[in-house]
Amino acid sequence: MTAISLRGARLSYGSRVLWDGLDLDVEPGEFLAVLGPNGSGKTSLMRVLLGLQPLSSGTVTVAGGNRAVGYIPQQRALDQSMTLRGRDLVGLGLDGYRWGLGLRNRRERRIRVDAAIEAVGGTRYADEPIGLLSGGEQQRLRVAQALVGDPTVMLCDEPLLSLDLANQRVVSELIDKRRREAGTAVLFVTHELNPVLPLVDRVLYLVGGRFRIGTPEEVMTSRTLSELYRTPVEVVRVRDQILVVGAGACEEQTHHLTAAEAAS
Amino acid sequence: MTLLDLLELDFVQTALIAAAVLGLVAGVLGPLVVTRKMAFAVHGTSELAFTGGAAALLLGVGVGYGALAGSILAAVLLGVLSRRESDRDSVIGAILAFGLGMGILMLALYKGRAANKFGLLTGQIVGVDSTDLTLLVVSSVAVLAVLAFIYRPLFFASVDPDVAISRGVPVRGLSIVFAVLVGVATALSVQVVGALLVLALMITPAAAAMRVTASPVRATVLSVVFAEVAAVGGIVLSLQPGLPVSALVTAISFVIYLVCRGIGAVQRRAA
Repeated sequence: MTAISLRGARLSYGSRVLWDGLDLDVEPGEFLAVLGPNGSGKTSLMRVLLGLQPLSSGTVTVAGGNRAVGYIPQQRALDQSMTLRGRDLVGLGLDGYRWGLGLRNRRERRIRVDAAIEAVGGTRYADEPIGLLSGGEQQRLRVAQALVGDPTVMLCDEPLLSLDLANQRVVSELIDKRRREAGTAVLFVTHELNPVLPLVDRVLYLVGGRFRIGTPEEVMTSRTLSELYRTPVEVVRVRDQILVVGAGACEEQTHHLTAAEAAS
Repeated sequence: MTLLDLLELDFVQTALIAAAVLGLVAGVLGPLVVTRKMAFAVHGTSELAFTGGAAALLLGVGVGYGALAGSILAAVLLGVLSRRESDRDSVIGAILAFGLGMGILMLALYKGRAANKFGLLTGQIVGVDSTDLTLLVVSSVAVLAVLAFIYRPLFFASVDPDVAISRGVPVRGLSIVFAVLVGVATALSVQVVGALLVLALMITPAAAAMRVTASPVRATVLSVVFAEVAAVGGIVLSLQPGLPVSALVTAISFVIYLVCRGIGAVQRRAA
């Protein structure tokens, strides 16, 4: 059974078509990287998969429905004075969407939350105010928050942004471990392919309404990217890294789920 | 009369019950209000409660009902007009100023006792009678019941809106419901501490509590305790010297705030 299935999916805002005729099956345990410049519809694709944005046409299916989706946002500086501990953040990932005060089954809840924090190595700082933690520590807890609900699909929205290399590796390895052990499909939106290149099974590359799906070897070539960008683009492999030259690669890096993309 | 004699008076006891109920409601709502950065919205809402109260005086209906109508209208207006976070500040400013102006006009047209006018701005808890008390208790129970039902997703939406949206939490709808709850609580507080000083019950105790703990549950418990101490303590201390209640309520809650800031600073240095 596929984890994510899109058939003939089209998304447009007025006359602006973000993508059309998108057929995509993501298998359990597969790691799909979603690349493309800002405004190419990466965040909108996430909103569609989360059930926040209807397709203009076509169908979308997520195994287990959108409650079975774990979402990891990009790291943003959390307010230092925020009255919130890591354990509270993780707990919200488990049952924060439910009505009521959540006074029942506290014990069982605590066991699950502790286990999720333990799994990302966050036990030491889980009771600290979250605003005082480093970006890497915050993102580990974000992974725990997404995993505590036992998702069949993980949607990762630039989770490595503004982390240093060591923490990029830690966080991406945690995501990789999950999909190997539990067969969770991973859809990973990123500007930077290189930090996750060894983990990526396939790439979905979106540019101005056009897209390509395939392995990194198939998609990340001078020819394919030149076609997508409709301008000469040079793809160079240096050691185990892929460098893209000439695609106007310097993009602003601010977008998130609530951002203006949906409103425009 | 000694303090004990004063405490046996009916109107004093009514005032104490009213203060205790308000302390509970304001203390519970406070941490959410602070987390959502709604201090200015509370102030704006309380000014509209004043306008509603002034209109009620002029029309000769209960001031409590007028305040309630005014602040619920304010909450809904703020919710509808400030669809974007960035608009909220200026929308509140515009509504607040207009509401206050209308309130002053209505007070100018009112020919009754001057003490009633002044009381709306600075509070007159000893003027709370048993019908007011019934309204206060019923509204408070309603606010707490609705809050208990929406608490978890509301808290989620307040501290982590992006992920809450991804989990299907109706973030926008909840923020309007919460604004109405805050509106009701504000209208009730106006009767005790007056429109100008609602923040002393809704914001200061919560802000103090949030200085000394990172646990949301502990912050809420402390916020209730602080609000109770300020509200009930303020009345008790005001009796013998015959000072205005609101002055003492605000003073007590500010002292608690300063102490908590101090404790918080020491905690962080130690950490």
